Amino acid sequence: MTQWEVVIGIETHAQLATATKIFSGASTAFGAAPNTQACAVDLALPGVLPVLNKRAVECAIRFGLAIGAEVAQKSVFARKNYFYPDLPKGYQISQMDLPVVVGGAITVQVGQGDKAYEKSVRLTRAHLEEDAGKSLHEDFHGKSGIDLNRAGTPLLEIVSEPDMRSSDEAVAYARALHALVRWIGICDGNMQEGSFRCDANVSVRPKGQAEFGTRREIKNLNSFRFLKEAIDYEVQWQINEIEEGWRIQQATVLFDPDSGETRMMRSKEDAHDYRYFPDPDLLPLVISGDWIARVQGELPELPGQKRQRFVSELGLSDYDATTLTANSEIAAFFESTVAIAGPALAKPCANWVMVDLAARLNKEGREIAESPVSAAQLAGLIQRIADNTISNNIAKKVFEALWNGEGATADEVIDRQGLKQITDSGAIEKLVDEVLAANAANVAEFKAGKEKAFNALVGQVMKAAKGKANPQQVNDLLKQKLAG
Amino acid sequence: MSLTLEQVKRIAHLARIETSDAEALSTQGHLNGIFQLIEQMQAVDTRGVEPMAHAQDVSQRLRDDVVGEADRRAAYQAVAPETEGGLYLVPKVIE
Repeated sequence: MTQWEVVIGIETHAQLATATKIFSGASTAFGAAPNTQACAVDLALPGVLPVLNKRAVECAIRFGLAIGAEVAQKSVFARKNYFYPDLPKGYQISQMDLPVVVGGAITVQVGQGDKAYEKSVRLTRAHLEEDAGKSLHEDFHGKSGIDLNRAGTPLLEIVSEPDMRSSDEAVAYARALHALVRWIGICDGNMQEGSFRCDANVSVRPKGQAEFGTRREIKNLNSFRFLKEAIDYEVQWQINEIEEGWRIQQATVLFDPDSGETRMMRSKEDAHDYRYFPDPDLLPLVISGDWIARVQGELPELPGQKRQRFVSELGLSDYDATTLTANSEIAAFFESTVAIAGPALAKPCANWVMVDLAARLNKEGREIAESPVSAAQLAGLIQRIADNTISNNIAKKVFEALWNGEGATADEVIDRQGLKQITDSGAIEKLVDEVLAANAANVAEFKAGKEKAFNALVGQVMKAAKGKANPQQVNDLLKQKLAG
Repeated sequence: MSLTLEQVKRIAHLARIETSDAEALSTQGHLNGIFQLIEQMQAVDTRGVEPMAHAQDVSQRLRDDVVGEADRRAAYQAVAPETEGGLYLVPKVIE
């Protein structure tokens, strides 16, 4: 049987985080009443001219620098011609021959645990363009309703090379790209609102064959789950077709999340002929070296750099470092925590942020930026565990108290609720003696070889100490007494 | 280079312009006349000359990202053929 290899390239439309449209001064705020943010330029009224938004260009520069691409000194806007009612001009202003960003690459982590690996996905280009409006097809007595608020919203179309070889790699790439555009602040990444949407070009070929197979393009995937499901379905469909003796026809397809299937939108024969040509309304975009240098200076430390630093400077594992750099908010919280607790406690800080805090936030559906427990409070808590003031178990109680606002600091909670760990060996010995005297049966069982009885005795001591005895000391003392 | 009648009709279709055979034929003649002019221009040796994307050798002016447009929907929709609930209504289009 033929072994098939999957080839995937991804085009992403990232809506740029600007206050206004790419070519007009109308607002881009989401959720406004229909057509209240569509000005004369967006409506393509006669005589209007586009004026390019500086911030949109700056977003493209930031992106280019973040992926190690070339930022073109000179790029050109072109008209992409097609007719659709949500495109009033009859053309979309985009870039064709001379895009603003050329080349670059993104390193992605694929999979987890032992099977995890790193992969570099090359980018072909990224160019600036405007979004179209929105068509509504229901409830207008046989007509379509057009809302042009979105028309003219700035987009960065980011095109990858066909470097991905599985749906997992495609999702890892899309996630890394999504994290990056949010990280550098050029896109809010809101997929429900359509701020970040992917098209996947998918083909299959016999393993070892050099040429690519014929590709089909799956349009408008707005979640990572749909991206994976659509690719998996499409790959299996293409393999079945070929194995049954059919040839794949180049086509554009849509993914239906309800049925989990892809279906054809248009074939190559009636594919659009866009007749691109340079837009005479817009002059070439010239980006000076000074501007690029200034944007470079303003770029934050990038996720990949931060991840490496967490491993090399703080001694975290690759997995921890990757999780803690999933977005800038979690990275910032972790770094603030370590800054106070000290780098020697980086590992417990990582655990508290990734496990306890994440679980608690998840339970209430909150983002880390809205955490009721601040980084400073968490750091204070971790320090009290490290210096044996409290045990890990008591720490969870203190964390809960901080979450509920029962104290300003871990120290205050520990003090007020009397949670300080008992480390006085005299006091612990007294408790141990009492428990041994009162639980003769457990003692006899232990002496008869029942290991479990020991745990029961530890439990009794901890109970008598209201959970505050140092567990290590309790263990040691008990062992000593029972051996004697 | 010259266009065939078929190509003229395809371009007309892409531009949503209805043409009779006679119109297509006369348009073919006009367009091919333009192509002859272009051919003359292409005879000029332009090796080493960077193509210009615009007739003026200046670069794009940029606008600060500040909202400068108020909501004028009522005025714009007053001249629209049909509207409902703030939407422009058009003959149904669905792909």
